[in-house]
Amino acid sequence: MTSHRSVRFRRDWIHGWLLLLPAMVFLFAFTHIPAITTIINSFYSTPRGRREAKFLGLTNYERLLDDAVFWKVLGNNLWFALGTIPVSVALAIVMALWVNDKMAGRGFLRMAFFTPTVLPLIAVANIWLFFYTPGFGLIDQLTSALFGWSSVNWLGDPATALNAVIVVTVWKEAGFFMIFYLAALQAIPVTLTEAARIEGASRWTIFWRITFPLMMPTTLFVSINAVINSFRLVDHIFILTDGGPDNASSLLLFYIYETAFRFWETGYGATLTVVLLLLLSLMAIGQFFLFDRRVHYK
Amino acid sequence: MSTSAPLHISGKAIELRGISRVWDGKPAVDELSISVPAGSFTVLLGPSGCGKSTTLRMIAGLEEADGGRIEIGGRDVTRLPSAERDLAMVFQSYALFPHLTVAENIIFGLKVRRTPQAERQDRLEKVAELLGLSALLHRKPAQLSGGQQQRVALGRAIIAERPVCLMDEPLSNLDAKLRHEMRLEIRALQRQLGFTMIYVTHDQVEAITMADQVVLLNGGKVEQAAPPRELYTRPATPFVARFIGGPPMNVIAGAALPAVEAASPGCLLGLRPEALVPDADGPLATTVTGVEYLGADLLIDCTLNGAPLVVRVHGQREIEVGQPLRLAFAIDDLHVFEGETGPRRDDLKETLGPLMRS
Repeated sequence: MTSHRSVRFRRDWIHGWLLLLPAMVFLFAFTHIPAITTIINSFYSTPRGRREAKFLGLTNYERLLDDAVFWKVLGNNLWFALGTIPVSVALAIVMALWVNDKMAGRGFLRMAFFTPTVLPLIAVANIWLFFYTPGFGLIDQLTSALFGWSSVNWLGDPATALNAVIVVTVWKEAGFFMIFYLAALQAIPVTLTEAARIEGASRWTIFWRITFPLMMPTTLFVSINAVINSFRLVDHIFILTDGGPDNASSLLLFYIYETAFRFWETGYGATLTVVLLLLLSLMAIGQFFLFDRRVHYK
Repeated sequence: MSTSAPLHISGKAIELRGISRVWDGKPAVDELSISVPAGSFTVLLGPSGCGKSTTLRMIAGLEEADGGRIEIGGRDVTRLPSAERDLAMVFQSYALFPHLTVAENIIFGLKVRRTPQAERQDRLEKVAELLGLSALLHRKPAQLSGGQQQRVALGRAIIAERPVCLMDEPLSNLDAKLRHEMRLEIRALQRQLGFTMIYVTHDQVEAITMADQVVLLNGGKVEQAAPPRELYTRPATPFVARFIGGPPMNVIAGAALPAVEAASPGCLLGLRPEALVPDADGPLATTVTGVEYLGADLLIDCTLNGAPLVVRVHGQREIEVGQPLRLAFAIDDLHVFEGETGPRRDDLKETLGPLMRS
């Protein structure tokens, strides 16, 4: 009797693990093992030719503290996050409010706003490369025709390069976030707005006191995604500026790529990656705590 | 007990003059004219799709009227936004703001209109006490029962002391017992505060028990507007007769009784289930087809020359299905209608009544 039951139990157990196996293989192979290996590698030197990796302790981390380029790209990344997140979230809300209204051509507008999300970032960057081309790019042609400005090398000037990259990112992300806000807006019962209208609330009051607070779960979700994206999305930098000039538009992940796969300093690259992971987890946790009191879940 | 003056609101009269609303070429509300006296409790009653909610939403300004005029207190408000119509509304779903506390929900309108803090607090206390919400002010709507949520919605409606209050099926989400309590409570509240109430429902019991005036709508038009008693005793059309009363009035085609049909072709005869009495010498010979025991009462389903009739008798009576049953009635209880769309023909009662034999 007992043995019978234990055989049953063991068979259920095997079935369970077999079902989990395919997903687990991929998760371990591409997420967990690389992550752990990275942490281990960050304490070792870069192996070269016949020279094996040597345990260095915290040397890589000390080097990082003295690395001017690291601090520069970290600063760039903060500026990039500050420039992209609030603007793209605000734009997403405005667009969602707009296309949520009853009006002609609403379907077309929704599609138009969402298109940048569907396009590959590399293709997007190539289009914007043309917009930014000094002299005969779209932007220079417009500004010279309208205001008579002389040509500006948007991507080549350290003062404007990062901001030009920020504009492309906002353009790309706002439509994506809009979809989430649109879903959130449609989940809010119309009677709430009607009740507020009868009480004499203006459109702005309704938005600020009713709609926006009720969309807080979406704002939390979107902003965590936006923060992660601001550290994760670097595809367009390869096309637009290649991190230049003088690292003016280089971001942390781009710098990691350069260090690890252009200069083949994989040990130091691993160290930078660990710092990036730490930063991202800290920020995600921080956001949960920051928002938690203000998010109303249904 | 609050020391300041009790709440009092002076209601305003509402006048609908031929208002219409068209959906995709079909009129949902068709040149409707209704007169609601100041301080009265008027119920818009009707089956679903009769245009009662649309009418209410047009009065509230949530829906634009395609034609006609809406006057509140003598002022034409047809084109004014909701906020300028000086009214309050309670929604079927209550429409409480889920992220705000009970107190914040109730004073939402006052805050929007920048009422001073001290006055807001004072009114909030009064309303909370009136509705028994004082202990719940810091809760969120999700932490309240259906009846409590309903009270919060009521509180939000009355705190601004608006002269007009609109309610759209406010009790339909409550269970039967609570519905009965809230019915009495809303009625008492309206009497006590004195505002004009327009109340939409599809439940004739609610309408009959609460209203000063019931407006029965059908297909976007007024079928009859009258006090509940009159609606019950003198229905203007067969539609009203069949809608009011539980179970509703038996309306039989004159064709079921050849003598009646010969005297007045096409007419309809109405008799309430409680007006029919089993009587061995009664003029109507029927056959029992079903019996429904309700405790105090017994409902007998029977047929009169193929026309179904319901009779309400005392619950102790023993009746077998299939047995013949003769019924009697008083001429005074007979309702005669000229045809399906009315009108009432009280003058034919005396002639047709004695002809009703089978």
